[in-house]
Amino acid sequence: MEMEAAKYIGAGLAMGLGAIGPAIGEGLAASKALEAIGRNPEANGTIAPLMFVAMAITESTGIYALVVALIILFA
Amino acid sequence: MNLDISLAPNILFNIGSFPVSNTLLWSWLVFAFLMVGAIIFKYSLKMRPGKFQNIAEMLIGGSYDFAESLMGSKKKTDRAFPLVFTMFFFILFANLLTFIPGQSAVTIQTAGGVVPLFRAIISDYSLVFVMTMISVIVTQIVAIASVGPLRYVGKFFNFTSPLNFFLGLMDLVGEVAKVMSLSFRLFGNIFAGEVLGAVMLFLFPFFLPLPFAFLGLLTAVVQPFVFAVLTLVFISMATTTNEEATA
Repeated sequence: MEMEAAKYIGAGLAMGLGAIGPAIGEGLAASKALEAIGRNPEANGTIAPLMFVAMAITESTGIYALVVALIILFA
Repeated sequence: MNLDISLAPNILFNIGSFPVSNTLLWSWLVFAFLMVGAIIFKYSLKMRPGKFQNIAEMLIGGSYDFAESLMGSKKKTDRAFPLVFTMFFFILFANLLTFIPGQSAVTIQTAGGVVPLFRAIISDYSLVFVMTMISVIVTQIVAIASVGPLRYVGKFFNFTSPLNFFLGLMDLVGEVAKVMSLSFRLFGNIFAGEVLGAVMLFLFPFFLPLPFAFLGLLTAVVQPFVFAVLTLVFISMATTTNEEATA
């Protein structure tokens, strides 16, 4: 296989497989947070910021995959 | 396909042997604008606030209350809040600047070809890395100041049992990984937003980029918030380990 083609396949695989975990995790975080807000709408102000922070931390593995894919493609 | 995507910012011109890239130029402009704005704002403060001062007071007061709810005590918040809020405000301002219509069309002819004059400041990894280093080093200094240098080192090199020694080493790795995760999160999100926008604009220039622009706007507001809050949480964690250990 040519080097160039292998690079593209590698980057695509890295990003695609790396996005599975964070997607599931963020979905879980959002569903639980929305459930909590639905039960107790007054707590919206405290739950929503914490949800964003938790989501950002969940997202970091996806961001690692993105960085790896970018390095494969451009560096 | 001739999409022009580069990880490194484009060099505009050189001052001596010092290359000035488009992100550096814009970050200087943003620094100058924010500093002059802050000084003018400071001297135009009134006892009976006008519209603008009202909004600013609401924003800062609300952020302060939120920071206090995370940090626990007012004294700690007073120390950490200026740094964290400055970081938040700078990143937010730099991100929102990318939504000025038409700025990405302005290009300039340089020795290295035609390069855009404007580029999202946070999509330059050097700046994000420096900000992350500030945040991590401040966290370590706070930890040393509140725990004491000996106990601080003892947290990482614990010879009481093999398991504790291993856990200490893992803590050390965790501190180093903080630099990576904090900086790549901010950089990756903003850079990915830029690339996504460029690709969508390339595929179909009408209407298709709009939802992605909204997504970018959400990222532009949420990511500085996350960066600031994580810095705050790290600092708060570094101070509370002391109380837990002594209690």
